[in-house]
Amino acid sequence: MFAYTLRRILMVIPVLLGMSLVVFFMIRAIPGNPAQVILGQKATKEAVEALTHKLGLDQPWYVQYVKYLGGLLKGDLGESIRTGTSVSQEIWPYLAATLELSIAAMLIAIVIGVNAGIISAWFQNSWFDYTAMILALVGVSMPIFWLGLMEQWVFAIHLDWLPTSGREEVRNPIEPITHLYLIDTLLQGNTEQFMQVLQHLILPSIALATIPMAIIARITRSSMLEVMKSDYIRTARAKGLSMFWVVYKHSLKNAIIPVLTVIGLQTGLLLGGAILTETIFSWPGIGRYIYEAIGYRDYPVIQSGILVVATIFIFINLVVDLLYAAVDPRIKYN
Amino acid sequence: MAELARNQAPIPVKPDKEESVSLWKEGWRSFKKNKIALVGAAIVLFFILLAVFAPLLAPYEISEQNLSERLQAPSKEHLFGTDDFGRDILSRVIYGARISLWVGFFSVLGSVVVGSLLGIVAGYYGKWIDAIISRIFDIMLAFPSILLAIGIVAVLGPSLQNALIAIAVINIPNFGRLIRSRVLSIKQEEYIVAARAIGMSDARILFHHILPNSMAPIIVQGTLAIATAIIEAAALGFLGLGAQPPNPEWGTMLASSKDFLTQAPWTMVFPGLAIMLTVLGFNLMGDGLRDALDPRMKS
Repeated sequence: MFAYTLRRILMVIPVLLGMSLVVFFMIRAIPGNPAQVILGQKATKEAVEALTHKLGLDQPWYVQYVKYLGGLLKGDLGESIRTGTSVSQEIWPYLAATLELSIAAMLIAIVIGVNAGIISAWFQNSWFDYTAMILALVGVSMPIFWLGLMEQWVFAIHLDWLPTSGREEVRNPIEPITHLYLIDTLLQGNTEQFMQVLQHLILPSIALATIPMAIIARITRSSMLEVMKSDYIRTARAKGLSMFWVVYKHSLKNAIIPVLTVIGLQTGLLLGGAILTETIFSWPGIGRYIYEAIGYRDYPVIQSGILVVATIFIFINLVVDLLYAAVDPRIKYN
Repeated sequence: MAELARNQAPIPVKPDKEESVSLWKEGWRSFKKNKIALVGAAIVLFFILLAVFAPLLAPYEISEQNLSERLQAPSKEHLFGTDDFGRDILSRVIYGARISLWVGFFSVLGSVVVGSLLGIVAGYYGKWIDAIISRIFDIMLAFPSILLAIGIVAVLGPSLQNALIAIAVINIPNFGRLIRSRVLSIKQEEYIVAARAIGMSDARILFHHILPNSMAPIIVQGTLAIATAIIEAAALGFLGLGAQPPNPEWGTMLASSKDFLTQAPWTMVFPGLAIMLTVLGFNLMGDGLRDALDPRMKS
């Protein structure tokens, strides 16, 4: 297990290097002079030359890449053209907002998805099974940006139950500590603000959770059906063990492997989907940070934002891979 | 004896042909029995017909503005209502099918062609070529796909054509990996070893034997990929990075509906419904095709 863990961690290095190359060449792939594109057609020749020099575009690409990589290793993600601030300094609040949203969405997706899958499998071909699987089919095909708008229309505008957008009440701003607002408000013991943050989180996290939830429910169902056909489960049921015991003690542990794979894969979808959800709900996360940077042609922010999200994705998949072995001792790695 | 020889002669060729015909026939038979897949195929056919006959079916011109009729609720005159320029939403949704299907189909075609070529080369030649191509696929798959598409469009500039290119690029590794694994298993088969032994060229083996034998999984994956491509194109359109107004692309229409949620929710309901139904159709059809053509992939 130790050798596998070490090899799996080492395998991440070439992928990270490759990713840094892709992101590095992104700005260099802009048709024409990137500095001119960033500053616009009306920019003076001096300004273009100054930006070209600042971005290091007047040097050979391999020199630029080595410098870029050296900077990344020191945690330097470049400087935002729009704000003039270091990206590594200003990125955390955005990243924290996305993490809070993604974690909430993933929790909803796992709790509802896994349980819906289990109940569907246990009561196979029942009305619950049919309803849950039809909903899951529709959920997989749902454009989340449309679902987000529908949620806003029904729950925020029509019923007025929840806030339309944002992360906090503008009139009652939160004093950030970790920038994860649920934690911050708890640390400050401010229940009123905690509830406000929770209310703001509900609609975007449900929109973001829909597709992973549908996929997790489908996979859990088929995986559980397979496990429940096995002799030891039949024996457990014949012995008269309660449903709860059979499902959660015996079946789930063996059915969880494919579910874990899907959860790992869905994280990428979730991080990508966060961009769309954040745009609809004006959620100040990294997706919105990148999206706004596109409007200002702020390429260092676009590059670093994409790189940071992709790196998180890689590490989540690494953790999921390592979890397989912990959950299922039958898995042996060569 | 001579009669026996005559009877035996065609044996090596005939079963091969019959087998390949029966695979597709068998697949079609099994697909026809799958009611959910047929519903999916019917939805897809419906949207294809909408796209083809859009000029005949659309009750109004898509760019016909009538400001005195702006943001009107659904009525007999305008079944889906009108948008902020007084344009008929039904007509725009019908024409939108053309754009979405066009982007979905051609982006996937691009991914299939490039992905298959790279996958075939990697799987067939192996060694360092395989190592390089496989690492490129790994790196591309390391990015959340929509994020990579956004990055590509940010570089190329926002337009429908660039969105199509971006969607094609991000799907290349999925097809490349699929074909590579098929090639790896097929190239060990006896008939490929035999073809090589009689001196058949690599190109002939690849394009006459290996590629045709990989068609079933390509079709299955391709159908499901069209569904994803349609959502991705709409997402880029929604973010203002794909089709640009006044193009009646469904994602772009949703983006403009954002400002009128309170006054005119119908401007948001119908384009979204169209995206969801088309995607659902391709997903159901793709699942059915997978069960029919490749029983090993059955979930």
